[in-house]
Amino acid sequence: MTSMMKKLMLTAAVVASPFMVSAQTSGDNLTYILVSHAPDSDSWWNTIKNGIALAGDQMGVTVEYRNPPTGDLADMARIIEQAAASQPDGIITTLADFEVLSGPIKAAVDQGIDVIIMNSGTPAQAAEVGALMYVGQPEYDAGQAAGQRAARDGVTSFLCVNHYISSPSSTERCQGFADGLGIELGNQMIDSGQDPAEIKNRVMAYLSANPDTDAVLTLGPTSADPTILAVKEMGIAGDIYFGTFDLGTEIVTAIKDGTIKWGIDQQPFLQAYLPVVVLANWDRYGVLPGNNINSGPGFVTADALTKVEEFAGEYR
Amino acid sequence: MTDMSGNDERVKKMSGFRKALIRPELGGIIGTMAVFSFFLLFAFDSGMFSAQGVLNWSTVSAQFMIIAVGACLLMIAGEFDLSVGSMIGFAGMMIAIFGVVLAWPMWIAILVTFIICIAFGALNGYIVVRTGLPSFIVTLATLFILRGFTIFIPQTLESKTIIGGIREAAEGDWLAPLFGAKIGGPIFQWLGDNGWIGTFTSGNRAGQPVVDGIPMLIIWALFLVAVGHILLTRTRFGNWIFAAGGDAQAARYAGVPVDRVKILMFMFTAFCATVFAVCQVMEFGSAGADRGVLKEFEAIIAVVIGGALLTGGYGSVIGAALGALIFGVVQQGLFFANVESSLFRVFLGVILLLAVILNTYIRRLITGER
Repeated sequence: MTSMMKKLMLTAAVVASPFMVSAQTSGDNLTYILVSHAPDSDSWWNTIKNGIALAGDQMGVTVEYRNPPTGDLADMARIIEQAAASQPDGIITTLADFEVLSGPIKAAVDQGIDVIIMNSGTPAQAAEVGALMYVGQPEYDAGQAAGQRAARDGVTSFLCVNHYISSPSSTERCQGFADGLGIELGNQMIDSGQDPAEIKNRVMAYLSANPDTDAVLTLGPTSADPTILAVKEMGIAGDIYFGTFDLGTEIVTAIKDGTIKWGIDQQPFLQAYLPVVVLANWDRYGVLPGNNINSGPGFVTADALTKVEEFAGEYR
Repeated sequence: MTDMSGNDERVKKMSGFRKALIRPELGGIIGTMAVFSFFLLFAFDSGMFSAQGVLNWSTVSAQFMIIAVGACLLMIAGEFDLSVGSMIGFAGMMIAIFGVVLAWPMWIAILVTFIICIAFGALNGYIVVRTGLPSFIVTLATLFILRGFTIFIPQTLESKTIIGGIREAAEGDWLAPLFGAKIGGPIFQWLGDNGWIGTFTSGNRAGQPVVDGIPMLIIWALFLVAVGHILLTRTRFGNWIFAAGGDAQAARYAGVPVDRVKILMFMFTAFCATVFAVCQVMEFGSAGADRGVLKEFEAIIAVVIGGALLTGGYGSVIGAALGALIFGVVQQGLFFANVESSLFRVFLGVILLLAVILNTYIRRLITGER
């Protein structure tokens, strides 16, 4: 029995050893942990991973990325507690649900760990949990700005393809867009699920049942990519007013060929990169910008696409 | 029991060593030792074994344990429940709807939620025993039905998918602390004052210990494990569970009320899922439509690591509890050991495979079955 256990342990040790070497290059060994609410399957967060990795390299600090595999926010609270227990120099986290996450975040702050809120949540919530600052794009405002832009272009009805209906910030984007247009949201938001084939078919079903729909709003590559296929298949690409949140390779191509009018870039790269830079300078030199940082919204249209295209899915 | 078997021709003689080896929890015990040795070696100074770190992985393990106990007894009785994860989301949402939206007293909301969920468990069981369909399919349907309601009801009533304010609504309630409170506060304060565990250095909790009590979640887990273990190994009903899962027809001939046992086990699984959900909403103060996604598989994985047979009739609650402990320690430990988090699933798969192979190997070796 003991030999089998030895073998088991040895195998585990050999398998794990390549991952155990942490890259601690700088003399002061600062460690920052970024906790996101995104499930493993959400490709958009790759930009965040690349952003913190680059910032970690440039600033000479150790950075780690953690997320709940299924996107369960209760699991995320445990990860923040875990991150605090491992005593890092700073935690960068999203605030996807204030009620669930504020407790663990406050506890981390009270232990003397610096916290920066990125991406989700509001500047007011970030201040309430005692975070240093908020780096992100206020979701409702971005949705409203997009809605106002669409209203100027003559849109009066729309379909919001919500692939992450359990996140309040996703719903806020749709609500903001409806308010920007000056109409009721009502049944114009559909829960599309995460599966590309399902998203495509649900969009096609909705648009067939409601042929008068002026516009489509998608909330990220997860819902945008299948929706692009759906409108192309239905022969309404370019006719229907198509706007999307966030960028990705497919979205950029679609902006270029005229299927998508604009993409709202919240510049996730900055949301990951800037907190690491801010925290490192705060820990080393005690300097801190005086305000929250708005990383977006910026509208990306067919003009000036080269840089975006070059780095889409990597840093954009 | 052992002293009666001295000269009874119906009882086969067996050495103590052999007896120890065929215990279903053996794999779980070995696995637990291996996992702890591993993390003691690679993550000892990472904060994993500080008071705060221990509480962190204990809480996660306790969550797994609560649903694993139900899944374990049900699996030994020969059935599966894939609706556990959806049931967790549904139960939490029901409490939010009753307690916050309809503003019922929290204890009524909790009791009504328990009744509804256990009724769904009974319905699962009733359909399975009446139709003879595999429980895999029946509960897969329940998985979708419950998840659908969990999104539909709050969307219709409140046009959002996360309902908060549960903690405030539960303030002063007599039943809610049974799920949401922390116990042993003064002891931890004393430990903190003496410098044995860390204390907050700043903020409005300065001077308080970073661990301010054992959550009721952990107490529930230990309680359910104890109850499940005694029920399974020390009572007539426990024998019925084994019999129903081993060979249902033979058990019926022997006078075991197989259908009743199975339905009761489905109800118990639903009860465990609801306990999980109530503890969760009381701690976090909100119910979300995505809570509990994939928890049914986590429960089954913990049970299988703990040595239970997927075909029923064999297993142990202690083993399932150890499986849950391994699962929780590995999940949180990998973060402490600074392993890239996308590799968690790889490790989980490897551990699952190793545990199942080890369990099967030991059982074949000892019992001589093929």
